Amino acid sequence: MATKTETLSKETLLTWYEEMVLIRKFEEMCRYLYFDEPDKKRRITGVYLHLASGHEAVHLGAVKALTADDHVITAYRDHGIGLARGVRADLLMAEMMGKRTGVSGGKGGSMHLAWRPVNFWGGYAIVGGHLPLATGIALKVRYMNEPNAVLCFLGDGASNNGYFHEALNMAAVWDLPVVWLVENNLVGMGTRIEDSTGQPELVKRAIAYGIKEGPRVDGQDVIKVYEAVKEALDHARAHGPVLMEALTYRFEGHGVSDKQFDARDDLKHELEQWRTRDPLVVFKALLDKRYKDLDDDYARIEADTDKTVQDAVEFAVNSPEPGYEDLIANVYVDSDLVHGDPLKL
Amino acid sequence: MKNMSMRDALRAALHEEMLRDETVFVMGEEVGRWQGTHRVTRGLYDEFGARRVRDTPISEMAIAGAAVGAAMAGLRPVAELMTINFAFLSLDAMVNHAAKIHYMFNGQFKVPLVYRAATGWGNQATATHSHSPEPIFAHFPGMFLGVPSNAYDAKGMLKTAIRDDNPVLFTEVIALYPKPSPIPDEEYLIPIGQGDIKRPGTDVTIVTYGRGVEWSLDAAGILAKEGVEAEVVDVRWLRPLDLPLILSSFKKTNRCVVVEESLPMYSFGSEIAAQLQEAAFDYMDAPIKRVHAMDLPLPYARTIELMALPNAQKVVDAVREVL
Ligand SMILES: Cc1ncc(C[n+]2csc(CCOP(=O)(O)OP(=O)(O)O)c2C)c(N)n1
Repeated sequence: MATKTETLSKETLLTWYEEMVLIRKFEEMCRYLYFDEPDKKRRITGVYLHLASGHEAVHLGAVKALTADDHVITAYRDHGIGLARGVRADLLMAEMMGKRTGVSGGKGGSMHLAWRPVNFWGGYAIVGGHLPLATGIALKVRYMNEPNAVLCFLGDGASNNGYFHEALNMAAVWDLPVVWLVENNLVGMGTRIEDSTGQPELVKRAIAYGIKEGPRVDGQDVIKVYEAVKEALDHARAHGPVLMEALTYRFEGHGVSDKQFDARDDLKHELEQWRTRDPLVVFKALLDKRYKDLDDDYARIEADTDKTVQDAVEFAVNSPEPGYEDLIANVYVDSDLVHGDPLKL
Repeated sequence: MKNMSMRDALRAALHEEMLRDETVFVMGEEVGRWQGTHRVTRGLYDEFGARRVRDTPISEMAIAGAAVGAAMAGLRPVAELMTINFAFLSLDAMVNHAAKIHYMFNGQFKVPLVYRAATGWGNQATATHSHSPEPIFAHFPGMFLGVPSNAYDAKGMLKTAIRDDNPVLFTEVIALYPKPSPIPDEEYLIPIGQGDIKRPGTDVTIVTYGRGVEWSLDAAGILAKEGVEAEVVDVRWLRPLDLPLILSSFKKTNRCVVVEESLPMYSFGSEIAAQLQEAAFDYMDAPIKRVHAMDLPLPYARTIELMALPNAQKVVDAVREVL
């Protein structure tokens, strides 16, 4: 059964708040390093960078519902999920800058973060592609009779290609312990959910697969997300898959190349509405309601998270770039199998 | 005559064909209200409306398959797969249906569709988003495949592809979208399967397509300063392949370098080399060299990404080896 809010200690809640602040600051720093950093050597470069500001309560609340041995997998909007799972900010930032010290050695980049030691199975950039991987990881769990579950984040847009259908159905017939958590931010790139999906209430599709229809939880409220995902994970462990949604909103464009988001008046209005329900604002209001005199804590959190992000940037900037040896390593498990002398190719 | 980017030239082709033929329509992810991921379809939704410029869900299998059905039934779909990386999800509909239906039902159904997809590596798009997999698609008989190397060709080729009664995969190199060439005011078409000599020369034949043309022309410029005249053959269509054009150049130069953006194994380069040795062994004065991406998935970090990719210098080096 889900842990009730009351049982979450002040200390835990403040730790979570700190982590949420860190996630936001990490995203804001990525944004800065991509668009505004004047020093070329300190920039994040490339064509793909998908920020998740606005989604923090979904990422943090859901990941906090996992045990250490549970598993988590997601799409390309993956920075916050890595941080929530405890991946070091400096290793993540180094990956963003394509450095040798990054979580994927600089070979994966923003869209492909992963950290094996904490069962963070990665971000995946082909929409829907990671869903059957979640099915497979959950298969291993059942196969080996382990007590764990798999949390699979996906976007609302990802519910519309074949991967979704096949992965959910297979997990259903094998009663696999997966929670399918749709981060429903109402849009995939520029297409609104009502224009892309015959049944925009995505949890209803659970009926079609014969799996548990989970809730459509308020994705701006970290506690609500936490409780709902925790309950869903328990169900998944005991009985099989759950399909649930967290209703949320992204405060930035789809990715760094999305120039339309800021320009559109209809979206501006919607964004303003959602900003009043910024997950950090919602969380802070809850804390202030419950506890008095948190100002010192907030000040400390502000300073600590600033430092963590700043240290992460310095670590990344000062890390070495990958070289030729890294380029050819890991094509195969035995990486000597590269054909011929690749430098000559 | 006016200068147009490849992006604008492609849009002009779509626009003209949609005006000319009411059965021509556009479908795909973000092609309408969002104005196209690469802005090729910009303005078409506003002009032609939702009937003819159809935003789809993220459903690559259905985009490719529904285009087949609509084409069989008499429409002329131009189905955009956003980028070729996502066409792997469409592969079955393309290979097993688009390419085979006319043959399998012995001519009862035509499949006059065009699949458009942006292609090519660039700027740290990483392993999953850096494919130039045209040879995979060109493997299968029954579907044509065009890859323009400049704005002029892009317009004439796309118009022909739309009018042709066969299915055509049309890939557009992302890095070439902004590059301009002069486009005549009057209509022109470039026949399917017709290659083009992009630079005449006598000493070596460089066979290439798409982005490779740019590298090859740059390389030819460098080589010319050393007194080496390279002939650059842009095949433009991987299927059908303009073998006569390649052969006539090769019989003149007796040396060949094949340049492509894609991977080396089972590749365009392998194909050209095999065809040349079968058809013109007696004309061969040196082994055929291939320039291509390194045989590995592309990494994110810029420095090592660039190491893995072809460029003009690698073409120059390859030519020097065959001289
Ligand atoms: C198979 C595939 N098709 C298309 C794309 C291009 N694409 C990248 S993200 C995206 C939108 C996905 O929307 P959603 O799943 O709702 O996630 P969100 O971006 O809102 O987090 C699209 C169409 C892709 N990466 N993979």
